[in-house]
Amino acid sequence: MSLALAVLEQRDGVVRKISHEVVTGAQRLGGSVEAVVCATGPVQGADQVGKFGADKIITLTNPAFAKYAPEECAQAIAERAKQGGYRVVVFAASATGRDLAPRVAAKLGVGVAADITDCAVAGDAITVTRPVYAGKALLKVKVASQPAVLSLRPNVFTPVERPKAGTPEIVAVNVAPGRVVVREIKAAPAGTLDVAEAQIIISGGRGLKEPANFKVLEELAKAFGGKAAVGASRAVVDAGWRAHADQVGQTGKTVSPSLYIAVGISGAIQHLAGMRTSKVIVAINKDKDAPIFKVADYGVVGDLFEIVPRLTEEIRKLHG
Amino acid sequence: MKIAVCIKRVPDSETRVKIASDGKSLDESGVKFVMNPYDEFAVEEALRRKEKAGSGGGEVAILCLGPAAGQETIRTALAMGADRGILLQVDKIPADPFETARIIAAELKSGSWDLILFGRMAIDGYNHQVGALTAELLGLPCVTAVSHLEIEGTKGVAEREIEGAIEVVEFPLPAVLTVDKGLNEPRYPALKGIMAAKKKPLDVKPAHASAGTLEVLTLSPPPDRKEGKIVGEGAGAVGELVRLLREEAKVL
Repeated sequence: MSLALAVLEQRDGVVRKISHEVVTGAQRLGGSVEAVVCATGPVQGADQVGKFGADKIITLTNPAFAKYAPEECAQAIAERAKQGGYRVVVFAASATGRDLAPRVAAKLGVGVAADITDCAVAGDAITVTRPVYAGKALLKVKVASQPAVLSLRPNVFTPVERPKAGTPEIVAVNVAPGRVVVREIKAAPAGTLDVAEAQIIISGGRGLKEPANFKVLEELAKAFGGKAAVGASRAVVDAGWRAHADQVGQTGKTVSPSLYIAVGISGAIQHLAGMRTSKVIVAINKDKDAPIFKVADYGVVGDLFEIVPRLTEEIRKLHG
Repeated sequence: MKIAVCIKRVPDSETRVKIASDGKSLDESGVKFVMNPYDEFAVEEALRRKEKAGSGGGEVAILCLGPAAGQETIRTALAMGADRGILLQVDKIPADPFETARIIAAELKSGSWDLILFGRMAIDGYNHQVGALTAELLGLPCVTAVSHLEIEGTKGVAEREIEGAIEVVEFPLPAVLTVDKGLNEPRYPALKGIMAAKKKPLDVKPAHASAGTLEVLTLSPPPDRKEGKIVGEGAGAVGELVRLLREEAKVL
């Protein structure tokens, strides 16, 4: 039976939610799954990943793992991957996963099948699907490396629970001190959710007219009670209205939330590329011919400054 | 300071993707190719570092792995102000990023570079790994997705965006960095630069890519989204929109 290694992420000693997707994705490849996390000691939530499909949860401990330690983590995980005889090593294509996966892969002498949205096993072969050209096309790739190293696009592999607990194991590991040191993590203001991880995204474009008007989108985001983030089109990021971290599109983030609300965004091809895999798309725009309506499931034509506040009221009622 | 910048020739982001007859690749007819936008930040950063150092401030070399037409992409970087270019010429860019990194690392190995810069990813392949793979192959420290950078002597401090926060990372030089949007504002090549670029040295070296372990089976258009509907006009349509989102789409 094949064995998969799911690489979990923790921040401040707590397993990140995206790791549930990694375990679920690893399980989809059949066989049994071992999860691994680098930390200084027991990690809160590690015992929970069993129910997403991990048969064993290994915590590799070292004092160096207090903050993300790229070189030390890469060593420890590559070492584990070599010893464990895994058929596949799975990461999240998160900020950390995108940094860590190639470091580990290089130590294993292989490349990463990155940012995949689907995977399957047929006989000996693992095949994956990766959106390329910013989602304008899908590449199907056969991964022949041993092990296969994959990273999963966030918000695509919906975690599936099963009634079974995994076996925990804590192993202290030695690592050579790294040269690259995370000295500090400057957290965003509390309650700020990253567009790459949000279940709901409300994005604004030129139609907002000026930076201060993004307040109407922030109000709507707030009405969703912490589940929504505010995104932005390239035009308004380039104009300096919003931070690059919020940009959705080909030179920003590619997102797949359950609900994407595009407000005052005409829908340039680069923007559509970044959000077309959203599960449900709503467009609010004054121009009924705007290309955004071609990909939207639901469109409302008209003045966003009337429509969005009304929507905010309605959502507040639902969540109130 | 000796800086190498690795760039990629990619289809412009406006490109409408057509699949070639082999069913595995992009139909390149009529496609405009440009320098990968993230690589522009890398070129700009290298030029600024060199300019800051003043006369005798070192060298900015541009490295591109790609087909013969990659020379044009290199000329763009030379027109921005880089000193020389190297094209590692292949017929086709390898499907396996490890192969790309292997060829680039082999070329850079003997260069005694202080900094090697990459864009954090290419907008065509979305692999976001060639920089980090190359760093590992060269045994150099690496920081990815750098959006702010300070260098003093042989010590660097970089900032990189993570979900909902910024990591402040210290590293020693020489190092490999992959850079993100926000690091700087890339310059446009001036006419003078474009003229000068024509005379700058550009080495073309044939490179051999092995098959690697990632094999492309198919390239296909994404599934069409099912046709949506206009719910209505103005704030009066919001009630119906919310009902549809709850009852039909079930996302609220």
